[in-house]
Amino acid sequence: MNSWTGWIKGALAGVTMLGAGAAQAAPVEINFYYPVAIGGPVTKIVEDLIARFEGQYPDIRVKPVYSGTYPETISKALTAYRAGQPPEVAVMLSTDMYTLIDEDAIVPFDDFVRTDEEKAWLEGFFPVFMVNSAHDGKTWGVPFQRGTTLFFWNKDAFREVGLDPEKGPQNWDEVVEFATKLTKREADGNVSRWGMQVPSSLTSYWLLQGYVAQNDGKIADETGTQTHFDSPEVVEALQYWVDLAHKHKVMKPGVIEWATNPKDFFEGRAAMITTTSGNLTNIKTNAPFPFGVQILPEHKKRGAPTSGGNAYIFNGVAPEKQEAAFQFVKWLSSPEQAAEWSIKTGYIAAREDAWATDAMKAYVAEFPGALVPHEQIPYMVPELSTHENQRISRVIDDAIEASLTAKKEPAQALSDAQKEADRILEDYRD
Amino acid sequence: MKKTNNMVVPWLLLLPATVLLAAFTHIPAVMTFINSFYRTPRGNRPARFVGMDHYSSMLSDPVFMAALKNNAIYALGTVPAAIALSMLMAIIVNSAIRGRALMRMSFFLPTVLPMIAVANIWLFFYTPGYGLIDQFLGLFGFHERNWLGDPDTVLGSLMVLAIWKEAGFFMIFYLAALQQISPTLSEAAALEGTSRWYFFRRVTFPLLMPTTLFVMINAIINSFRLIDHVIVMTRGGPDNASTLLLYYVYNVAFRFWDTAYASALTVVLLAVLALLAFVQFGVLDRKVHYK
Repeated sequence: MNSWTGWIKGALAGVTMLGAGAAQAAPVEINFYYPVAIGGPVTKIVEDLIARFEGQYPDIRVKPVYSGTYPETISKALTAYRAGQPPEVAVMLSTDMYTLIDEDAIVPFDDFVRTDEEKAWLEGFFPVFMVNSAHDGKTWGVPFQRGTTLFFWNKDAFREVGLDPEKGPQNWDEVVEFATKLTKREADGNVSRWGMQVPSSLTSYWLLQGYVAQNDGKIADETGTQTHFDSPEVVEALQYWVDLAHKHKVMKPGVIEWATNPKDFFEGRAAMITTTSGNLTNIKTNAPFPFGVQILPEHKKRGAPTSGGNAYIFNGVAPEKQEAAFQFVKWLSSPEQAAEWSIKTGYIAAREDAWATDAMKAYVAEFPGALVPHEQIPYMVPELSTHENQRISRVIDDAIEASLTAKKEPAQALSDAQKEADRILEDYRD
Repeated sequence: MKKTNNMVVPWLLLLPATVLLAAFTHIPAVMTFINSFYRTPRGNRPARFVGMDHYSSMLSDPVFMAALKNNAIYALGTVPAAIALSMLMAIIVNSAIRGRALMRMSFFLPTVLPMIAVANIWLFFYTPGYGLIDQFLGLFGFHERNWLGDPDTVLGSLMVLAIWKEAGFFMIFYLAALQQISPTLSEAAALEGTSRWYFFRRVTFPLLMPTTLFVMINAIINSFRLIDHVIVMTRGGPDNASTLLLYYVYNVAFRFWDTAYASALTVVLLAVLALLAFVQFGVLDRKVHYK
């Protein structure tokens, strides 16, 4: 259904574009593909933003095309690109950058940034978000919506077992200590409440990256051609995660779904959880008890993963359309709009000046939890991003799942994963 | 003049079907076969002939091997069970019992529902702790189980869903076949004093054999063809314990964008299906008809 409407819209856009070519004064029309990965009236928010943009830039028309999930968006955009009809601008995962470069599908932003004001705009993003956006000294995408993971706890459960409800665990050992107290076993051995839960279905490497950063390691380097899955820091990090389930027995064994993890928290079946910052509003609305939220506990140091979408400008479209696309992206990610998008969706505003806007200040005053992701920014590490990223992330996800389900020892699973990653990335090394 | 007209008209009539078949079936199939011998072209890296490379790397591809094994288990587990269950259901709703229409409808209901919806419903059934299955088993003192998060139970959990979904559809075919069987046979058997089980074993079951063959072919094809529930419920995990062949092909083609390797995998999948169809039609077909 979605793909059909997408195609029809695409076809219609093609026809209107032909018409627009004939009339000289007609505005430049660009297509904007965007995915929806969270709840809430995202389509409405996007349309409002575009209406305002068109008010300020009357010579540009933006056609928003809702393109499904992130994987569906890149599938559609690349298919359209191969068919010679790419969208002018699309929001896709920051980690899709190498895939898009390898397909020759996108153009760098550097060619459009000319004035000082534009330079200042590009330099305004948090550096950690730009690592996933730069390659070969060029900027290929700009942060549009970014997230991280946060630590939540149930204050009632803390009180029940005699812990200070206002203070979450600060390091790995405290997590184990608290979780042991919080895990509730019935007389028959059935666990009615787990101390700690970390989701592990789909993109579980993301969670692992947090642990690795806290263990002062790196899961991959920034060239996009080398992973370090079998390094001691990564093995220790995964071992710690696996031990929560199998040695300390404070986490549900097996793979934990992203969707059921917050649900388990609401139901009182998990006393502490790690989940995406995108769940802040969800938990705020649905938790039937007072809850605490903080940045992730540390080990050797603080550390946290990032993720999310970049805006990309496509190759293979007319220069004036690319220019219009650039103006649109610049407007969309300038402080006011970035703050508005962050407040309405729960994504992290990717620029410091967005946090200084009046709207953001008012929001944070009303809901202090919204400030926690901002507090975590200095500790964030860039997301795993390599050539053939989908394949590499699947390899590491498989290793994590094999370890959590006790099919393989973490060290073995990670060494197998590294071999597989080396095989895949071999072609891209010089 | 007249003669050429006679030649042109049938070809014109065949044209729409031919064009559609060629464009959407034959040309893609041939292209898939050809592509499987080349490396995937990327924007800055052209396609290159690699011969049998994709096929030989399959043998050392652990995910492909896992998918092959899973699919074999999946087919062996779901096909006989779905056939047995659908036959049983057909016999039940063919007999003169009260509430027959309601039963027919409820047996057939899973077929009407789209697979995506069914998978979402079962996702809730399998939720650890408060899902329907765990709540039910909890009444008998069973502990919470992570059905879809444990490699030992995940494939079995998907198979149960598939059997439930498929059986109702096959029941329709058995029901039709049962109603074709002449009542004189059972009357004659009753006069002879045969038991119901003996009558089923020696008369009903053999007469249903052509239907069974048809159902079996469809069930086997479905076991390779239907992966919606895998996408919705497990995405092949944990650690590829529920990856089926077609799901792997989909992943390689549309997530990894390695279309050439995906083509090679597709060729293997087609070969497996062709072989199975050949065995069923070529060998079994001769034995199923009651003589």
